Amino acid sequence: MSSLAVLEPDKDVLNRRDVLIRGLRELVPDGCVVSDEDGRRAFETDALTAYKQMPLAAVLPTSTEQVSRVLGFCKANAIKVIARGAGTSLCGGALPSEDSIVLGVSKMNAVLDIDYENRTARVQTGITNIDISNAVSPDKFFYAPDPSSQLACTLAGNLGMNSGGAHCLKYGVTTNNVLGLKIVLMDGEIVEIGGDELDASGYDMLGLIIGSEGQFGVVTEATVRILRSAEGARPMLMGFGSVEAAGECVSAIIASGIIPVAIEFMDKPAIQVCEDFAKAGYPRDAEALLIIEVEGSEDEIEERLGQIQQIAEPFAPTTIKVSQSAAESAAIWLGRKSAFGAVGRIADYYCMDGTIPLGKLTEALIEIGAICNRYKLRVANIFHAGDGNLHPLILYDANNADEMERAEKCGAEVLELCVRLGGCLTGEHGVGVEKRELMLSQFTRTDLEYQMRIKTMFDPDWLLNPAKVFPLDVRTS
Amino acid sequence: MSDLIQPKDEEALAAAVAEANAAQTPVEVCGAGTKRHIGRPLQTATRLTTEKLKGVTLYEPSEMVLSARAGTPVTYIEKTLAKHNQQLAFEPVDLGPMLGEKAGLGTIGGVFAANLSGSRRIQVGAARDHLLGVRAVSGRGEIFKSGGRVMKNVTGVDLSRGIAGSWGTLAVMSEVTMKVLPKAQAIRTLLFIGLTDQVAVDAMCAALGTPFEVSGTVHLHGDFASRLVDSEHLRRPSPVTALRLENFDTSLAYRTGQLAESLTAFGTTIELDDGASHDFWEGMRTLAFLQDSQDPVWRISTAPTQGARLVAALSKRLDCRAAYDWSGGLIWLQCAPSSDAGATEVRRVVAEMGGHATLIRADAALRSSIDVFQPLNPGVAALTAKLKTSFDPAGILNPGRMYRGV
Repeated sequence: MSSLAVLEPDKDVLNRRDVLIRGLRELVPDGCVVSDEDGRRAFETDALTAYKQMPLAAVLPTSTEQVSRVLGFCKANAIKVIARGAGTSLCGGALPSEDSIVLGVSKMNAVLDIDYENRTARVQTGITNIDISNAVSPDKFFYAPDPSSQLACTLAGNLGMNSGGAHCLKYGVTTNNVLGLKIVLMDGEIVEIGGDELDASGYDMLGLIIGSEGQFGVVTEATVRILRSAEGARPMLMGFGSVEAAGECVSAIIASGIIPVAIEFMDKPAIQVCEDFAKAGYPRDAEALLIIEVEGSEDEIEERLGQIQQIAEPFAPTTIKVSQSAAESAAIWLGRKSAFGAVGRIADYYCMDGTIPLGKLTEALIEIGAICNRYKLRVANIFHAGDGNLHPLILYDANNADEMERAEKCGAEVLELCVRLGGCLTGEHGVGVEKRELMLSQFTRTDLEYQMRIKTMFDPDWLLNPAKVFPLDVRTS
Repeated sequence: MSDLIQPKDEEALAAAVAEANAAQTPVEVCGAGTKRHIGRPLQTATRLTTEKLKGVTLYEPSEMVLSARAGTPVTYIEKTLAKHNQQLAFEPVDLGPMLGEKAGLGTIGGVFAANLSGSRRIQVGAARDHLLGVRAVSGRGEIFKSGGRVMKNVTGVDLSRGIAGSWGTLAVMSEVTMKVLPKAQAIRTLLFIGLTDQVAVDAMCAALGTPFEVSGTVHLHGDFASRLVDSEHLRRPSPVTALRLENFDTSLAYRTGQLAESLTAFGTTIELDDGASHDFWEGMRTLAFLQDSQDPVWRISTAPTQGARLVAALSKRLDCRAAYDWSGGLIWLQCAPSSDAGATEVRRVVAEMGGHATLIRADAALRSSIDVFQPLNPGVAALTAKLKTSFDPAGILNPGRMYRGV
C-alpha cells in the first residue's frame, strides 16, 4: 500500500542534516539522538507497516524541558516533527517523512503521583496504558480506556488518537478520562491545561488537544482519572443463527436499561479463526457471536446475566455459555483479545475502524461482504456492538502487489459505506495517513477548514505531523 | 439589523450571523436567555436567539443517541427520553431559578454552551462528555459540523468539545447530538447529619473509593440543607452529607447496606427512599438552596480534597455559606453582599489552593468591574485569544462575555 502521495521534502533541511543532528545532540543527554541507519530503522514505520520512510533522526528526550528545547530548535530550523509513543498506530499516525525527526516520549514513563482520594494519577506520557492500571491495581483501582494494544501503546499515543477500547461503552474513551495535561508547543512554550479538578476553566483546550494526532504539540505529562474496580466481572457468550438476531439482541439489552461493561460481536469468519487459535469454546456453527460482560457482586452478576438470557430468548440463541470461573472468563476473552493475532496467522490483514449506528449492523455486514466479494478478498468482522465501532479485517497477501492495492481500495469503500450509513471513518484508531484522503466523504471543505484553523493556531508553520489527517489538496488550497 | 433576531432554521441563522459579521455588529447570542446574566455584561444592541430552532431530529433509544435543534427546551428532551426510560445522565443543573427565572426554561444548546453538569458528573462525566456532534454557525456566518451521531468517533479535530463551554463566544450551535443513558430502576440516598466540612469530604471521597458506583456526593451547610431535607430528618438546621446510589432494586438493597457498612467510621446514616431521594436530588439540580436570595454566588472548581480547606480559608474573611458537590470538587459559595462580591479573597485563596472560580450571580455593575471567569495563565490566555479569532475573527459573538477582548 503505497499509493498515497507524500509532501515534497524540504531540500534545505535534508542538505543540512549533519549540522542539524549536531545541534540536536547538544539539547539532550548522550544517547538520546538516534541517527545511524540501523537505529533509525526502528522509527521508519508504525503498525501500519505498508508505509515506511526513514526520518532524519529520532530524538528521545528525558524531560519536558528537553522536549521544549528540541521543539524550539526544530521550529527555528524548519524541521518537521513526528511525535511518537510506542509506534502502535494502525493508521500511520507516527509515520515519519524524510525531512522530519521522530520525537519519541518513551523515556518519559514515570508515575509522578497517585491520589486515591481525588481518584487521579499524574503520569509522564511515555508510560504504557497498562502500566497506569498496573500502578493502581494493587489498591483495586484502574485506568479505564483499554485499547487492545494496551500492553505496548503509550498514554501519549492514546492522547494523540483519543483511544477507546472494549470497555468504553460504560467508561468512555481517553478524552472522558483526562483532567489535565502539560503540552509543549512547537515554539517550545510549555503550557499547563486543566489540573486535578473535574472541569478545566475557559475553553475546552483539553477536548481540542486530545485526539489531535500529534499535530498541536507534544504532551509530556497528564493527570488522568482512575476509578475503583468493580467487585467482580464475568462474561457470557451467545451464538446466534443470524447477524440480524445478534444485532437485535444487543438493541433489546440496551433498551432494557442494562449497560453491560462490554458487548463484543464477531461474525462467522471471525469466530472460526479465533476458535482455531484460542480454543475458547466459541460455537463454530453460529453465524454471529456476542460476548457480554457485566460487573458487580457475585449475586448481582448472576442476576444480570440471568436477565440478559431472558432478554435474548426471543432471538433464539443457538448457544449460551455463561462463564463459571475465572479460567472460563479468561478463555472467552482470550479468543476476542487475540482476534487480530489469530487472523494474522492465516493472512495479512488490513484492519478497518469505522463506526456505524447499531441499527445498521445487518445492512453494513451484507454490504461489506458484497464489497469484499467484488474485490475477491475475504473479510472477518469484529464489532464493539455497544458503541458501534466496527473492525472489518480485510485479508490479503502482502507479497502480492495487486492484492494489496485491492485491499486498500476495498477498505476505502468499506469506510465510505460506514459514513453513508450514518457513522464515521474512524472510531478509535485515528485518521493518520491512512484515511487522510477519505476525509471529504465525511466532512465538507468548510468543516475541514475549521479544523485546520485550530491546527494553524497551535502550529502556524505546520511542522508537527503535517502530512496527516487533512487531504493534501484541501490543505494546500 | 433589528434588535431581536430569531432565525427559524439554520440557513436563516447563518444569514443573520453573516450579516452581522459583514457589518461588524456585535450580537448577544442566547437560547431562552435564562443565563443571560452570567458573564461580563455585553454592550450589544442586537440579540440573536436560537429559541425558534426547535425539535428533536433523531432519537434512537436502542443506540442511546438523540439529536435536537439547539433551541429545544431541555424539559422537552427530558420528557421525550423519559418515555423510553432514558435520561440526560449528566443531569444538567438548571441555573434559571437561582437567577430569578422560572425553572425548566433553558434550551439544550444553552446546556452545552455552558457545559452544565450536575451531581452525576462524578460517575458519568460532564455535559461535554455526552456531546457527540454539533452543527453550528461560526462568527463568519459559515455552517460547519463536527462529530456525528455515533458513540465513538475520532475523525478529525474534536470541535464539538471545543465549542462546549464556550458560552456562545465561538459559534452559534444550531443542532446538537448527544449520548443518552437509561434511568436507573430506583434511587437510594444515605444521609449523614452534622459532619464538619472536612470529615464530610473525607466521607465522600471514601464513598467514591468503594465499588458501589455512588452517583452523587454532596455536602450542604445547615441553612442550605434545610431547603432540601425534610424536617422529619432534620429537626434543626445542621449540615447534611448525601450519598446517592442508583441501580436495580435488588442491587440497591445490597449496595446501600455495604456502603453504610464501609463508612461506619463517619457515623450512622439515614436512608432516603426512592421518592425522598428524587426530591432531594431535584433540589440539587435546581440549586433550590440558592433561590430566594440576591446575594453573590461563586462556583468554585477544585480537587475534591481541597474543597473543605478552601472554604475554611475563605470563611476567615468572608461571610459565606457553601454547598459542596462532586465530593468537594465543586463548591457553590454564597457570600454576603460586598463591594467586590468577595472577589479579592476568592481569587487569592483559589490561586493558593488550586482550581478556578466563576462569579455566577452578581449585578451587572459588579460583573463589569471584576473578572467573572477565572483569569487564565498566560499560555492558555494566548491560546484562548487565538481560538476566538479562529472561529469569530470580527469578534461579533458575545464579545467580552468570558474575557475582556475575547
